[in-house]
Amino acid sequence: MAIEVRIPTILRTYTGGEKAVTGDGDTLAGLIENLEAAHPGLADRLLENGDLRRFVNVYINDEDVRFIGGLEAPLSDGDQVVVLPAVAGGS
Amino acid sequence: MLTIGRALRDAIVAHAKRDHPDEACGIVAGPEGSDLPTRLVEMVNAAGSPTFYEFDSTELLALYKQMWDRDEEPVVIYHSHTATEAYPSRTDIGLASEPGAHYVLVSTRECGNSEGPVDFRSYRIVDGVVTEEEVRVVESAPEPATPDLTAPHRSNH
Repeated sequence: MAIEVRIPTILRTYTGGEKAVTGDGDTLAGLIENLEAAHPGLADRLLENGDLRRFVNVYINDEDVRFIGGLEAPLSDGDQVVVLPAVAGGS
Repeated sequence: MLTIGRALRDAIVAHAKRDHPDEACGIVAGPEGSDLPTRLVEMVNAAGSPTFYEFDSTELLALYKQMWDRDEEPVVIYHSHTATEAYPSRTDIGLASEPGAHYVLVSTRECGNSEGPVDFRSYRIVDGVVTEEEVRVVESAPEPATPDLTAPHRSNH
């Protein structure tokens, strides 16, 4: 089981500079737990109070996970996951 | 220092004026590692708000995938402040997540939708620290392949 995860610039300090890493899991929650084992600190940048951070976007095969189950979104071998911080702000 | 072509600068200002009183937002992409903004992408402010902006999440992914395909990166990330100065707010600083980008702020508080003075300022925002930088406006956008920037230019303050 291998799932490719695209890592944004700002989180590459946790992946030794790698733009993409592989992990596995049956759900997004499982994948994040798996990634955390190999890249300690990463989970905290994605999660807050047990849910995805408001200003972090995660996509599975181009679908925003918020529309397909959030942390419970199912994953299977070969899926492509992208993590992108929101581009947002306010005056 | 941010070096940007006049046409790109003017297009960002025009976008900000057009969307006033809501905040306008977008990026200028450029070849990876070049630090040269070349391709303007106006984004929809999904928040549709005079005090907040956010790229729509689906459009954000499409934008990044397009940049990856073209070996580009976001050289400039811009947005407007419509009632306050062109300086990053606490929210802007907290959410800034592209340490390599020039964060451009445009203030339309004086000009609104019409002619009139516009503040156009640029910052680096890294780990919560804001550093303002000079903006150099050049008449023609520099070519990425020719790092020798001899084009005539005027500074813009």
